[in-house]
Formats: sequence, structure tokens, C-alpha cells
Amino acid sequence: MPDRVLPVPHPRRLLQGGSRARPRGALTDKLVELAVTAAAFVGIAAVVLILLFIAKEALPLFLDPAQRSDASLAKLFLPQPWRTGQPDALIWQPVSQVPKVSVVPLLLGTLKVSSVAVALAVPVGVAAALFSSEFAPRWLRELLKPVVELLAGVPSVVLGFFALTTLATALQDSFELPYRLNALLAGVAMSLAIVPIVFTVAEDAFTTVPGTWREASFALGGTRWETAVRVVLPAAAPGVLGACVLAFGRAAGETMIVLMASGNAALVSGSIVDPARTVAATIAAEMGEVVVGGMHYSLLFFLGVLLFIFNLVLNATAGAWVRARVRRREGAGAP
Amino acid sequence: MTSQRRHALSRVFGGLTGAAAALILLGLAVILIDAVGGGWAALSWRFFTEGPGEDFTQGGIFPALYGTAVLTLLMTVAVLPFGVATAVYLHEYARPAGRLARLVRAAIHNLAGVPSIVFGLFGLGFFVHTVGGSLDAAAGGGLTYAQPGLLWAALTLAVLTLPVVIVATEEALRAVPQELRLASLALGATRAQTLMRVTLPGALPGILTGAVLAVSRGAGEVAPVLLTGVAFFMPELPDSLASEFMHLGYHTYVLATQAPDVDAARPMLYGTVLVLLALTFLLNLLAVVLRSRARRRLSA
Repeated sequence: MPDRVLPVPHPRRLLQGGSRARPRGALTDKLVELAVTAAAFVGIAAVVLILLFIAKEALPLFLDPAQRSDASLAKLFLPQPWRTGQPDALIWQPVSQVPKVSVVPLLLGTLKVSSVAVALAVPVGVAAALFSSEFAPRWLRELLKPVVELLAGVPSVVLGFFALTTLATALQDSFELPYRLNALLAGVAMSLAIVPIVFTVAEDAFTTVPGTWREASFALGGTRWETAVRVVLPAAAPGVLGACVLAFGRAAGETMIVLMASGNAALVSGSIVDPARTVAATIAAEMGEVVVGGMHYSLLFFLGVLLFIFNLVLNATAGAWVRARVRRREGAGAP
Repeated sequence: MTSQRRHALSRVFGGLTGAAAALILLGLAVILIDAVGGGWAALSWRFFTEGPGEDFTQGGIFPALYGTAVLTLLMTVAVLPFGVATAVYLHEYARPAGRLARLVRAAIHNLAGVPSIVFGLFGLGFFVHTVGGSLDAAAGGGLTYAQPGLLWAALTLAVLTLPVVIVATEEALRAVPQELRLASLALGATRAQTLMRVTLPGALPGILTGAVLAVSRGAGEVAPVLLTGVAFFMPELPDSLASEFMHLGYHTYVLATQAPDVDAARPMLYGTVLVLLALTFLLNLLAVVLRSRARRRLSA
């Protein structure tokens, strides 16, 4: 008669000591997974709630009859009569006897300041990224990256202060500008804020270009510069474009620098050395003095909705470009 | 073109890209030199321990330092659990290409791109008017929480810094070798035990890096707190979560643009800028050191 086989507990139960540990452990396991998954929804909830609640505060602009007549779409975007005998004009003057609420000067101001910033930051940032990935020795690259991160860490209010006190005088003296605070000054100061973004994203794009491509170029007799410009740059072009778009979005939403350095006059002017008022700076400057629930209040939230949607679109575009690049690279790398 | 000329050209253009990099360094150096040169003389014991005088030309920045510290502390307490949990979900639990994971990633990506002033509007519309309003209504109609204050500003900043913490934590989790998790599971530990005793402790330095970066970001952001609780001038310290508070960044803005006599307030302004800049730089350096130590520890 064969020996009776002893019931051997499952090894996992042995290690956990006792048969009841397993179901209890499984329960904790499930709970932790549940908690962690629930927490992941916070990020989604944040984005949805942000749009929902700024839109909610802006909504009376379209639903409340009094607000709708004070700030109709025509008054927001088209030239309006403002003084008898004068041609219709685009004026932002929401706190006056007859509120004038054209957002065109604000959009124009935002466009001017951001364009100056991008025009300065993109060439410098991309060139520096190219230097870091293609020309610099390893030790210099290791030094350059943290320093750029430090610049990215400078609070924008400090850049605004620097523009207001030091840079303004320097610019005015060297170019004999009519106004001390103007769109050009704000743009130059803002380029310091966005150059780290351009650098980081572009450098990332350059370093994902396979080393074998460079070696192939060198083997064909290409110089470092030729390799950088004809092989690396074209291969990384979508990433570089993504960097520009991200930088533009950041510039358009930046508040403190323009609030302090742009002069904050809502002018309709094509000149970059005139003062300018941006959408973001307007929200920051005027929210303190509005009547909660009034037309001006709703209007500032409406500007916030515009900024939010603008950035959402830019982010989606840049993200799509960067992803497309990665896919193509993976396809090309397959044997 | 001869090969020699092409190589010479390559050196010239390579040098130009180097000049661009040098230009960035120069920009940073000029800002630093300006702040240190102008602010050094303003630093004194009084500057760190006293409140500002009424006309902003004397006294110190203690209430602003205190306000910034309490604000970022509350913010960190609020953001860390959610940020770490989200990163854990993305890296440890979610199927990488799963629909929810992709949605969470897209949301975080967009959250990171939202302009800081929009966070201010959100804090005002959601935390102050909606949440605060409901709290006050529930408490019987007084006005305590339905106005800008410390708690609402901290929560607004917590939402703003959520992507910072998530990105840093995910990087930290990625650096924990898969073998450690497998070894733990092979010994019979559950997933939760593996997470709590192996994965998270291994990722701790990276998580701290994220927290430090979030604090650095939170201490410097002015636009969101502008709408959700910062005080222009408030010599007494905030005594409750609903109080307003002074803030280093906003104090810089006030001294630079709203002081009754801007020239007379200049030493105070430069001193404040120097302190703010030194604070953010030290925090960023701390993050760099923590990160490199974490990398070394895991690769050893």
C-alpha cells in the first residue's frame, strides 16, 4: 500500500504564514490597485474641471442679456463707434462710462510680444542644441544642460524685474526707443524664459537621431557641419518644429514678464517698439478690480478660455509631430 | 569646394552654434550678477526677520518668506500623494498602450501646457467661488472660505505642479530594475507589498527630486496666487488656512511696480529678488544632486 500523500500547502501560503493571509493580501492588493487607478483620474479631472469652471464663469457673457449687449461678438472683435466724428475703432477700455471691449488690441499685443520672443529664442535655442548634441565635447554638454535647467528655473517675475530695471534702460539707450517699456523689451525678456524649452526639446530631437546615420555621413566624407545640417537637422525637423510651437504657446500664456515690461497699453499698432498689452497680462492686471459676476469679470474669464483653448491646440499639434517622428524613426530602425 | 575649405567652414559654423550656447549662459550670468550685485548690500539680519515698512523702503521680508514656505508646504502635501499615485498607476499598473493610460498621459501633457494665469482663474472660479462658497453655505452663511486665501492658493499650485511630480516619479520608477520587482514577487510578495517595500523605496530619491522641483516651481509662480490669495501688504502672519498671505514672488512684483517711491524701495527690491533667486537655484541644485545620486545608487 503506497504511502498517503501529505497535503502540501501552496508555497505562497507557506511564505505568508497561514492560509488566511492569502485572501487578505489579495484584498489589499485590489484596494491599492483601485486607489492608484482612482488617483490617476485626478489629472484628467483637473483638465476637464479647468475648462469647465473657467467656461462657466465666462458663460454669462453669452447668456445674460445685459452682458450680451455690452459685449456682443461684434463689440469684441469688430471696430466700434467711440466718438462722434471719429472713425470706428478697436478699443479695450472695459471700465469706462460706455465699456469698450475689443479684444483685438490684446490679441495683437500677445502676437507681437510672442513673435519677438520666438524669433529670438528659436535660432539661439536650436543652434545651442545643435552645438550640444553635435559639436560639444561630453563634459561641456554635461555642464550646459544643468545650466539651461537653471535658466528654466528662474521665476518669471524675476525676469520681469530684470527687464523692468536693467534691460529697459539698456535697450532704450542703445536703440533710442521712444518708450521705455514696450513690446520689444517684453519679447526680449520672454525669449530668456522660452529659450530653455526650445533648447531642451530640440536637443532631445537631435539625440534621438541614430548615431549610425552620422557615421554614414562621416564615412561619405561629410564634415561635422554638413552632417549636422543635412542629416541631423532634417531628421529631427518635426521635433524642432514641435519645440517652436511649444515655445510660442508658453510665450502667449506668460504673464508676469509682460505685465512688468510691456507698458500695458492696449494699442492697435504694428510697431514692435510701441507699448503692448497681452491677454494674460490683462487678466492679471484687471481681475483685482472687477465686480464678481459682472460683465468685466465674465470677459476676463472668456480671455482665459481663449488662452486655454489656444494652448490645447498648440500642445496637440506639437505632440502629434513629436509622436510622428518617433514612429517613423522606429520604422526606419527595423532590420 | 576643397575638402580643406569645407572643414574650415564646418569649424566656423560649429563655432557659431557654440556662440549661441554661450549667449544663453551669458543671459543667465547677467541676471545673476545683476541680482547679486544689487541685492547683496540689502541682506541683513533685519531683512530676514522683520516685516516690510509701510512705504516699502525699509524693514524686511519675513512675512513673505513665511507665506511662501507655508504655501509651498501645503502645496507639497496636497500634490505628492496624487502625483506619486498617478505615476505608480502609469508605470506599475496600467497596460502601457491601454486607453485609460493614454488618456491620463494626454491630460498630464496638456495640464503642463496650461498658462499659469489660467490656473489662477481656475483657482478663483473653482476653489474660491465654488468649493469655498459651498463650505461657507454649509457652515451657515458666513464669509470665511469663499474668498481668496492660503488653502485655495496652495491647492491651485498643487494642480499646477502635478505634472512635475508625475514626470519625476515616473522617471524614478523606470530606474528601479525590473529584477527587484520580479524577485519580490517570486518570494511570494503581493503586488501591493512589492510596491510598498521594494519599488517605492527604490524610487524615493527620484520622488524627492520631483517634490523639490515642484516646490521650486511653486515658490516662483506669481500669476496663480495673484488671483487666489496673495496679500499686497500684511505685516501679521497668516493664522488660518483661510487667511491671505504675503509671497516672495508677488512681493517682488509689488516692490518693482507698486511701491509709492520705486527708487527708494530699490534696495528692498533687489534684496527680495536675490533671496527668491537663491532659493529657486538652491532647490534646483538640490534636485540635480538628488537625481544624480539616485542614478548612481541604482546603477551600482
